[in-house]
Amino acid sequence: MRLLTGNDLRTGAVTWWTGTDWSIHVGDAADVAGNEDEIARREEALRRVNVPYAIDAEMHEGHPRPSHIKDRVRALGPTVRPDLTLKPADPDIGNWVI
Amino acid sequence: MYKYDSYDQAMVDARVEEFRDQARRRLEGKLTEDQFKPLRLMNGLYLQLHAYMLRVAVPYGTLDSRQMHALADIADKYDRGYGHFTTRQNIQYNWIKLEDAADILADLSKVEMHAIQTSGNCIRNISSDHFAGAAADEVVDPRPYAELLRQWSSFHPEFSYLPRKFKIAVIASEQDRAAMRLHDIGINIVQRNGELGAAFYVGGGMGRTPMIAPCINAFVPLDQFVTYAEACLRVYNRYGRRDNKYKARIKILVRELGAEEYTRQVEEEFALLLDQAIEPPLAELERIKGFFADPDFDRDAGDDIDRSDPDFALWVDRNTVAHKQAGYVSAVISLKPVGGIPGDATAGQMRLMADLAKRHSFDELRVMHTQNIVLPHVRKADLHTLWSALDDAGLGSPNLDTVEDIIACPGLDYCSLANARSIPVAQKISERFAKTGKTGTLGQLKLKISGCINACGHHHAGHIGILGVDRKGVENYQLSLGGSEAEDVSLAKITGPGFSEDGIVDAVETVTGVYERERTDGERFLDTYRRIGMAPFKEALYD
Repeated sequence: MRLLTGNDLRTGAVTWWTGTDWSIHVGDAADVAGNEDEIARREEALRRVNVPYAIDAEMHEGHPRPSHIKDRVRALGPTVRPDLTLKPADPDIGNWVI
Repeated sequence: MYKYDSYDQAMVDARVEEFRDQARRRLEGKLTEDQFKPLRLMNGLYLQLHAYMLRVAVPYGTLDSRQMHALADIADKYDRGYGHFTTRQNIQYNWIKLEDAADILADLSKVEMHAIQTSGNCIRNISSDHFAGAAADEVVDPRPYAELLRQWSSFHPEFSYLPRKFKIAVIASEQDRAAMRLHDIGINIVQRNGELGAAFYVGGGMGRTPMIAPCINAFVPLDQFVTYAEACLRVYNRYGRRDNKYKARIKILVRELGAEEYTRQVEEEFALLLDQAIEPPLAELERIKGFFADPDFDRDAGDDIDRSDPDFALWVDRNTVAHKQAGYVSAVISLKPVGGIPGDATAGQMRLMADLAKRHSFDELRVMHTQNIVLPHVRKADLHTLWSALDDAGLGSPNLDTVEDIIACPGLDYCSLANARSIPVAQKISERFAKTGKTGTLGQLKLKISGCINACGHHHAGHIGILGVDRKGVENYQLSLGGSEAEDVSLAKITGPGFSEDGIVDAVETVTGVYERERTDGERFLDTYRRIGMAPFKEALYD
């Protein structure tokens, strides 16, 4: 599957296309395979996202998981600051990245 | 330290307002990202892995307590309560919002700081010896010369669009504490027959093509050294490659032309420039020097230190450095707690360091390229009080220049260019050696980790260097040995096939085991490696 990601223009936060909107949680991301360029152009023009691009992902326990470690770190937050990740209370979240 | 005059302040304030307008237009959609990107980069604002990242310039690594407090306030107000001190003596914030960026620059301007030329193909922040003005071995304080270069290079119209970024270091001692020969231009101020001059080393660097800069002129009179730098830049700007980003640094030009031909062209340009009288007037240098006069040292300060507390005595032995003034030392505050993130400091720690600098170090702090902080002028009599305050705040690690004092770039945890994580490897190595108790017995051992080939973690110059690579989506780590960025400069050599994240920690322990077995009295790891060569290390690692 393919996920569309970018950064929020105002805050710089990593965001993921859900099919109708943008979310900071990769678990909300929708498969955009085949439509990524069209969605990216439209959403960037609307200034709802900055520099969008598509990445490869697979389904993992019912949710999309980016294929490459860089995208997984990007989706979660720095592995060395678990307090700053999107799931700071989950002690096993590092396993999701690695 | 240097204080802005009205020109400096007006320039920085004008740039803040210019950027405020640019950011507003970007947020309103009047500028595309392609149009805005070079503008934000000129102001140190990157788009990194998780958010915008702001790199703030710390000229030649020098700060006062007011500035350090402002950096702490920015960390609390606009970021997530911490900052990261870098191998370019700067500080980076990792969680910046575009809508806040102009306000941050305005806050910096109030304390005579900025983020100008911390990115882009221009002359970057000038770096220098973190012990400048305090070191017992310097022939002169290099900071006035670094400041003159800062003023010359700021907004230099001819050098704002160079083929590639350009880094200059200035030192004034035989000991090189600034990796001088691994810069695009390294300047060493030397004394010859009672006269001061500048030795120019050009074409060094790390990155994907590491090179040690050759000396192209051993003695440029100091009343001509800015002109000589201009000549070096002009030849580069004219002939440096712009067709290939990976061959655009000056080191490639110097290598392709040959140092002799490059020098000939520089000398030719220098002769032309001398006629144009572009050198700043000596009066300006004298004005700048006035800001770097020695502080009012206590001439009666004693040399005795009560070493009855063993933890304190260890910190004194490892983290203090000889000072030119009797009764004083330079004290290094380690930002490398065991298992910590190299170079990170919380806002609270920054405020404490600022307050301690005000109380004990004539209001001065320095950022080291090794990602630690220096209080340059501390009375020996004040050391125990200082250490106690640092230790209570987690800043008292006694590990300067040991295997725990690891340089690590932000790596894949923060950087969009990285291929592998650096910080977790640094954490595991420092934990391993702290646990085995070998940190002290291994002596001076400089370990440096980069998360990609751009080498921000200086792995080429590590006694032990580690480079993270991406092997089919899995992090892998190459080990190299024998590098040095000091006066005995050398480039490290790769040992062989790479290792996994856990494997690289074991590998480092293995090579230190070879060192322990083979060393002679007083030999550092680097000395032993140079004496016995790579073979025993390879044998231990791979056979």
